[in-house]
Amino acid sequence: MNGPSLTKRERLRSRVTAVIGLILVWNLLWGSFTWLNTISGAVIAVLLLVVFPLPPVKFGGRLRPLHVVTFFARFFFDLVVASFQVAFLAFRPGEPKSAIVAVRLRVRSDLNMTLVAEAVSLVPGSLIAEADQRTGTLYIHMLGVKDAAHLEHLRAEVLRLEARLVRAIGSDAELRKVNDSREEPAA
Amino acid sequence: MTVAAVAIAVLLTAACAMTLVRIVRGPTTLDRIVATDVLLAITVTAIAAEAAFTRDPTALPVLVVVSLMGFTGAVSVARFVTREER
Amino acid sequence: MTVQGVLDAVAAVCMVTGALLSLAAGIALLRFPDLLSRMHAAAKPQVLGLLLVLTGCAIRIGTVLDITTMVLIAVFQLATAPVAAHMVGRAAYRDGQTRSDLLLTDELAPHLDEYADQTAPNPERRP
Repeated sequence: MNGPSLTKRERLRSRVTAVIGLILVWNLLWGSFTWLNTISGAVIAVLLLVVFPLPPVKFGGRLRPLHVVTFFARFFFDLVVASFQVAFLAFRPGEPKSAIVAVRLRVRSDLNMTLVAEAVSLVPGSLIAEADQRTGTLYIHMLGVKDAAHLEHLRAEVLRLEARLVRAIGSDAELRKVNDSREEPAA
Repeated sequence: MTVAAVAIAVLLTAACAMTLVRIVRGPTTLDRIVATDVLLAITVTAIAAEAAFTRDPTALPVLVVVSLMGFTGAVSVARFVTREER
Repeated sequence: MTVQGVLDAVAAVCMVTGALLSLAAGIALLRFPDLLSRMHAAAKPQVLGLLLVLTGCAIRIGTVLDITTMVLIAVFQLATAPVAAHMVGRAAYRDGQTRSDLLLTDELAPHLDEYADQTAPNPERRP
């Protein structure tokens, strides 16, 4: 955990983000955005964060709206493809082959690992089996793998997903890291 | 609309039956958790479909709770199983 | 055909597709050979099926109050399904419930011992 390395300002920012998020959920639960909902939501959000404190999330990047839209568009497209792929495998005779591969992510922040792991679970063929925080490695169970070449293709797909995510919310340094390694074969 | 409603009812019932078979057959606790999770998600789907056909949103808030229950259930049992095994 | 008729048709198509995907999830759950494969069924077609039915529901009901509720259901489902799948998946792998004869490669097995301590109930304790 990189909790202690955070500055006071980053901690505050992480708390404020959490409170705003919870207020938003509270308003959605009541179904309308009113002052009463916002104020009561703020009280409950602060209370929740005092009673159940969460480790602060380090967010060093910045939002690039265009890439955020690209990421989500691609994500939903992938979700549709993935669903029909699993459906197809379910109706096809025979037992589908699978594999467990290790993919080392290029950006090792907790936030990046979490989001990549979440997204990977919903896109074609892959599901997280294990994650290693120290080396930034995700162990991914791939379903419906045909052969070794197909496996490498899927592995590269995970790294491309990471690149899209970093382009959407990563910092400039992280983006450079991803861009530099793009030429190398996915290892 | 009636045709669609009947089709959806048949499809979801069949899906529920299959998850039930998996729950009964197991063979392990974890298989049953996954199947229960899917069964719960199908229940949510069915209630949402019912709300759509009758245009009656009364049950929708319940769905928020039910969909979160599936998650907490699966996670806590998964943790419990790993701890028991050690 | 009226606007209402078109909307109803779109909603019906969304919901029937969603129900079909739910059925596919059920079949996959029944037919797939091992637990990790079955979890793919729980994670993907199931989530999309629910999203599609909710879309149909939103088109049919169409009041802001109810659409916000449905947005919440969708967001919760998208955020929690992968986490639940991951929790069950790692428990399954440690339990040795993967059928290795169906795996082309297994790059996790050599490292599994290193992560044994991470099953501890208190995740904050690990280095």
